[in-house]
Formats: sequence, structure tokens, C-alpha cells
Amino acid sequence: MPRRNTQVFIVALIIFALAACIVLPVEEGLLGKRGIRLGLDLQGGIHIVYRADLSSLESGERDGAMDGVKEILGNRINPMGVTEPLIQRQGSDRIVVELPGLSITDKEKESLSRVAVLEFGELAAEDEEARWENKLGRWKPATAVFDGEEKELTSRYFRENTYLDRDNLGGLRLIFEWDEEGSKLSEEITGRLAPDKPLGIFEGNEALLGEDGFPIAPIVRSTIVDRGEITGLSLTDAERLSKQLNAGRLPVPLEIIYDQTVSPILGSDFVEMSIKAGLIGIVIVMLFMIFYYRLSGVLASLALVFYGALVMALFKLIPVTLTLAGLGGFILSIGMAVDANVLIFERIKEELRAGRTLGAAIEAGFNRAWTAIRDSNVTTFIVCGILYWLGSSIVASAPVMGFALTLFIGVAVSMFTAIVVTRTLLLLFVATPLAQRTRLFSPHLGRK
Amino acid sequence: MMFDIVGKRFWFFLISGVVILIGVTSLATFGLKAGIEFSSGSMMTVGFEQEVDQGGLRKELAGLGYANVIIQSVGEDEFLIRLPELSGEAKTELEAGLTARFGALEVREFDIVSPMVAAETAQNAAIAVAIAAIGILLYITWAFHRMPNPFHYGTCAIVALVHDTLVAVGAFSILGGLLDWEINLMFVTGILAVIGYSVNNTVVVFDRIRENLLKGERVGFEVVVNNSLVETLSRSLNTSLTTLFMVLALLLFVGASIQNFAVVLLIGIIAGTYSSLCIAPQLLVVWKKGRRGKAEGR
Repeated sequence: MPRRNTQVFIVALIIFALAACIVLPVEEGLLGKRGIRLGLDLQGGIHIVYRADLSSLESGERDGAMDGVKEILGNRINPMGVTEPLIQRQGSDRIVVELPGLSITDKEKESLSRVAVLEFGELAAEDEEARWENKLGRWKPATAVFDGEEKELTSRYFRENTYLDRDNLGGLRLIFEWDEEGSKLSEEITGRLAPDKPLGIFEGNEALLGEDGFPIAPIVRSTIVDRGEITGLSLTDAERLSKQLNAGRLPVPLEIIYDQTVSPILGSDFVEMSIKAGLIGIVIVMLFMIFYYRLSGVLASLALVFYGALVMALFKLIPVTLTLAGLGGFILSIGMAVDANVLIFERIKEELRAGRTLGAAIEAGFNRAWTAIRDSNVTTFIVCGILYWLGSSIVASAPVMGFALTLFIGVAVSMFTAIVVTRTLLLLFVATPLAQRTRLFSPHLGRK
Repeated sequence: MMFDIVGKRFWFFLISGVVILIGVTSLATFGLKAGIEFSSGSMMTVGFEQEVDQGGLRKELAGLGYANVIIQSVGEDEFLIRLPELSGEAKTELEAGLTARFGALEVREFDIVSPMVAAETAQNAAIAVAIAAIGILLYITWAFHRMPNPFHYGTCAIVALVHDTLVAVGAFSILGGLLDWEINLMFVTGILAVIGYSVNNTVVVFDRIRENLLKGERVGFEVVVNNSLVETLSRSLNTSLTTLFMVLALLLFVGASIQNFAVVLLIGIIAGTYSSLCIAPQLLVVWKKGRRGKAEGR
């Protein structure tokens, strides 16, 4: 028996060393890029869920259209310089976009889901409804009839080959080409506006602004058929627009159904505060255990260190994306992890009171506590399983799933450390002279 | 007898009764406030550089066209504002309006949940609660099939579980009425975690009652239950204490964003420990006595 115990102890030490190797080195960041993966709520970032309006498509075309939407969103996001963006289809008509680090502006965020980057408008008459209003007047979408249908002129009719150029005087121009349908629409509209009416250019709800801060609305001098140019833009705007225009157009409109935006500063605060809470909590729990269970408490505290290292290593290996709620689950599981130890120690105390020797009391304590430990964790496992399902079935999934996963790992590992590590440590101590002093295990025993 | 726990059972019932009555009254008066995850809308966490008081913020928001919004203070000059579903444009306008009045601000978190997503979330959360209830019931049936009166033990455990849920929900109704705290997904998660935890405690106590009954000592049922409670008391309290330490650390050092969740756990763990010691086993005694009383009366 003692030999077997020594072997178990060595195996436990090896596991601990391996776990420590995986978790360390700390100086490269225990949490964060090189350490454990952090959820968006901890590192900051944007999580958007779009729903595509597929009503205009036949059922056979929908899947292809969604793949197209995903690709175009990717094309639009890439030039923004976001590191490790995640773009995923979810269900039949949804797309999830996760952008870590919050490196894009509100305006860029809004432009992501716009069907067409630019829209064209003409001045509205007094009695007509206007879509845009600015210092140049009230504007309505510029429309023309094509194939018997009235259509709005937008950049969706641009070919994806826009480029920047300088004119003879050094002015910046964004050159674009109409596709077939666009040419027809443009011909009709510009024919109607020439030679003295303006054509407004709009981006979303606002007029496209030039370098001078004024809305760009050139006077149409002659009919434009194949290609045109936009002048007066600042270089940054022009470059951005050209990239976006070349990224392609969305085949269907998108609607934001869920949006979570967290500032990275807030996220890093959370990580720091959680580590602090975890450490302070662990120290209090350890002090409590040592105060109450003496030597056993010291061993349980050692087991707790082992426990912490093993859980962290598992988080890194699986890997678990850690969210704030996940950290909460982990911190909670530290408190629960002690439970198995408490069950065992209480049993050992009872066995000692019943007059057994320490070795026999430890054996009996573990054996009798085992059923209670097993049974008492079953409901937590049931709840974790259900919460994990709940998390996987909803859009705002990260917190619930994170909590379920970390609590599950925490409780499972706690059973292992209590039964293997604490037991081995206790049995090792039985062989030493310290074991003769039962008061080290239960302060009240000697007094009764 | 060192501690007479069972003898004080009517006091325990009275305490629980009063706490639950207060909770239920609050539920009837205030109801529960559903968070945006369940009822759709926008949530904004704003931090101001200058000192801002809640009343002034409320007034300014009303001036900007957002009357009757829910504002919760979550830190020094930091507020959680619950708004109707905001478009990007409306958000920009709101930020500009607040900046004009209160100076520089930082939007630390901004969430939008559409009605479609909210309905889905509420539905699936309800399903999860139902499945969890069934799972725990199955577990209780299995765990108590070895007991002398499995139905009695199972029923008492379930009463304890309902007790814990009522206390936590009641407390949140009061917090909702007084401080505008809302029920969100993490609340449901916390309740489920607490229920699992509390059932565990009850099982450990009942397990000991069973073990002591099997020893066949010739003492009354009441004495067996009391002895079992005393024997498991330090285990029950110590386990709850270590868990409470961690929850308190979470509440004190992480704070705002996880505050509601930590408070559910705090209330739930206290209620769960109480019910597994002072409600479930005592009910068992009352039930047994009541039956015997009837039998003797005949």
C-alpha cells in the first residue's frame, strides 16, 4: 500500500509539473493573446449578428446568397485592419461577425451591412417626400425605369474595378464604371438632370462629404453612360470608398438583430479584477481550511494549488474561451472544490472520534465520503449540461456557455484532486512521526 | 442533546414563511423587470470624466427624448442606461447630447437586442429551466429510491428547492422595485446553479438520516433527524462558507457587470443552506409525526 501511494504521488507530481509548464510562463501573459483565450467581453470588441432578408430569393438560391454575403462581409472587413476577425454563418439566414479589440469606428460598423455603399439622389420637389436633407436642399433617390420597373441608382451597379487617379490639375478622382443595367439607369437620369441640375451622392443617411467638408453634389453637365468620376474627396475617404466599392455588393439586405460592443479598457479591468478576486478568495478559503482542519487544511490548500494549475492548463488545452461569466464559474468552483475535501475531513474526524487509528480513519473516511462526493456533484453536472445547451441555442451565448463549461471543468477536476491528491498527501503523512499527533488533524479531539 | 435543531422547527418555518411572504408581496406589487436579453432594447454603460448625478442624467435623457428610461449606477460616475432599441445614428446623437451637457464620456459597453432574438432567448431559457427541473426531479427520484419513504424524501427536497427559488426571485423583485435591477440570462443561470447546489446539500443531509436509520438504534425519528443534522452541520456550513467567500470576493472585487449574478448566488447559497438544514429535514419530521398522529387518532 505505501509503495502504491508513492507511485500515485509521483504521477500526481508529474501531472502538476506538466500543468505548470502549460500555464507558465506567466510573464508572457497568463491571460490574453498568448495565454488563455479571452472572450469579447474581456478583451473588448464587437459581436454582431445579422439576419439576411431572403424573402426575395427562391429557396434554391438562398444558401448561395448567404455564402456570398459572408464573403463580401469578409472583403469589407479585411481592409479595416482588424486582427483575427471571425465571420460565421449561423442557421439558415444569420451571420455572426466578431471583431476583437474594437478597432473600427461606429461609422465603419454601420457601413458593413449597407447593401450599396453609395446612393445617388436628385432634388425633391416641394410636395415630394425627401430621404436626405442638407444645406444644399431636400433630396430624394434618383430613379429611372429599367425592364418596366422603377429602380434607384446606387453603387450596386458599379463594376468592381474602381480606382483612384489624379486629373491634369492634380485633383483626386475616384473613377468608376457602370455595369449594363447601371449604364441604362445613369443614361436616363443624367439625361434628365443635364445640363444644370445637381446629382447628390450619399453614404447611408448622410451626404458624402468632400475634403472641404461640403456635401459632394456635382452639377450634371452632360449625359453619363459608361463611366464616371467622383471628385473633391479626401485621400483617406477616396481610398476607403474604392476598397469598399471593390469588395462587392451584398446580394440581400442585412438587419442587425444583436449587437454587443465592449470597450477594451473595460475588458482589461475585468481581467485584473477577476484575478484579484480569485486570488483573495483562494487565500481566504485556504486560511479558513487551515484554521479549521489544521494539518489536513494545509494539505487541502496544497491540493487547491494543484487544482488551480490543472484547471488553468485545461482551459488552455481544450481551449476554453474565457468570458467574465466563465471567470465567475471558475471562481465559484474554487469554493465548491473544497467541498469534497470537507466531506472527507469531516468523515476522518468522525472515524478518529470512533477511536480508529489515523491510517484506518483516513482510509475509511475516503471510502465512506466517496458516495456523498459523487452524488453531491451529479446535480451540478446536470445543471451544467443544460446551461451549455441553453448557451448553444441562443444568440447571446458566450456568458452562459462560459459559465457552464468552467463550472463543469472546475467541479470535475475538484473531485479528482480531492480523491487523488489530498488522499495521497494524507497517506504520505501517516508514515511520518507527525501522524502520532492526532490533534494536528482535529484540534478538539484531545480536549473531549 | 447538544443542539436541538429539530425542536425549533416551527421558528424556522416562520422565518421562511415571513421572508417568502415579503417576496411574494413584492412580486405582486413590483413584478419582475425583464432585461433586454428577454424583452429587447438597448443597454449602454457610460462612464463620465466629470461628476454626474443620476437625477441630472435622468433629466438630460428626458430632454433628449428618452423619458422613463431605467438608469442604474454601477460605479463612480458610471451608469447603466436601459433604452429602447437604438439605431447607430440615434446612438451617435445621444452620445453627442450627453457630451454637450456633461463633458467627455466613454461608452464602455453597448448592446442591442432585437425583439426576435429576445423572444428566442426567453423561450429557450424557459425550456432550459423546465428541462433542469425535470432532470433534478429524475435525479431526486433516483437518489431517494433507497430511502424508507422515497416519496416523502423527494417531496421535501423539492419543497426546499421551490423555497430557494422563491426567496431568490422575491429578493430580485424587491431589488427591481427599489433599484431597477433586472432579470437577465445570468440571473437564470445563477438560479439553476444554486438549485443544483442546494439539492446537493439536502441529499447529503438525507443520506446521513438514512444511514442512521439503518443502524437501527431504538430512538425516535425526531432524534435520528436531529443527530444527523448535528453530524452534517459542520460539513454543510463549511462548504457553504468557502463558496460564499468566493462569491463575496467576486461581488467586492469584480463588481458592477457581474453584480446581479453574484447577488443571485449569494442569496441562493444562503437560502439553499438554510433550506437543506432547517426546512427539508424538519418537514420530514412534521410529515412523519402528522401521519402517526392521524394513525393514533383512529
